[in-house]
Amino acid sequence: MPDMPDQGPTLALALAFDFASTPVEVRGALERVARALDGIGWDAETRGTVELVLAEALNNIVEHAYGGAPDGRIQLALDATAGRADLVIRDSGGAMPGHRLPAGAPVDPDVCGDLPEGGFGWYLIRRLASHLSYRRTEGCNRLEIHMRRADHAGGGTG
Amino acid sequence: MHLTILGTGDPQIIRVEEGRIDSAVAIQFKDAVRSAVSADAARVVLDLGQVEFIDSSGLGAIVAAMKGMAQGQRLDLAALRPMVDKVFRMTRMDTIFVIHDSVEAACGSGGS
Repeated sequence: MPDMPDQGPTLALALAFDFASTPVEVRGALERVARALDGIGWDAETRGTVELVLAEALNNIVEHAYGGAPDGRIQLALDATAGRADLVIRDSGGAMPGHRLPAGAPVDPDVCGDLPEGGFGWYLIRRLASHLSYRRTEGCNRLEIHMRRADHAGGGTG
Repeated sequence: MHLTILGTGDPQIIRVEEGRIDSAVAIQFKDAVRSAVSADAARVVLDLGQVEFIDSSGLGAIVAAMKGMAQGQRLDLAALRPMVDKVFRMTRMDTIFVIHDSVEAACGSGGS
């Protein structure tokens, strides 16, 4: 990792777009975010972490908030520098149960010898995000996720 | 979903020719691996060297493919890229599968 002391505060981007609630559209959105982060100096591994958290959040909206219906809309806003990526995701699907984020307890691979095929999503989000907030207002979900680059000097603030 | 099957021997190698195993392809992936697995192979090695991204649906699909195998068959993984390796470690699924650094290492190591 080269030393880039001045790049954190100077390189920044803001991106906002919306897309349909389908797995293929989610893939397109992830690739768009990854390309944008690549453009301001995020390496493959740290981009991959943001992509993973975003994938889990978006998959949850597609599968649960919209229940698999392909005609929902998802709005995504990314605000990022070389050291942080802040994401705001909005949808008008169903609310989170109890209007709060799932606990995301770790899945125990040893339980009863019956391996889990799911349930990893919120665990991964909670492990990797530095901040999460969720609000349900006027029929819309708003999820905010902050990601910090652990390897970056500018990533420790906020 | 593109898989390349290399032999039916022990181990049988199934190379995933996709950059991503995500929710867009998870079901096709699981079905494709299930039909690719030879009934004669005691050990199957899934070569993930081309896979740069996996999410929890992709992880679930690999677990489901493994659970669909016959008694006495084993599914190993090989050549995990850093991002994929991280997902397996964080979810502790690295304790469920035998993971090899490379396909060559997988072939050289002991089967049953």
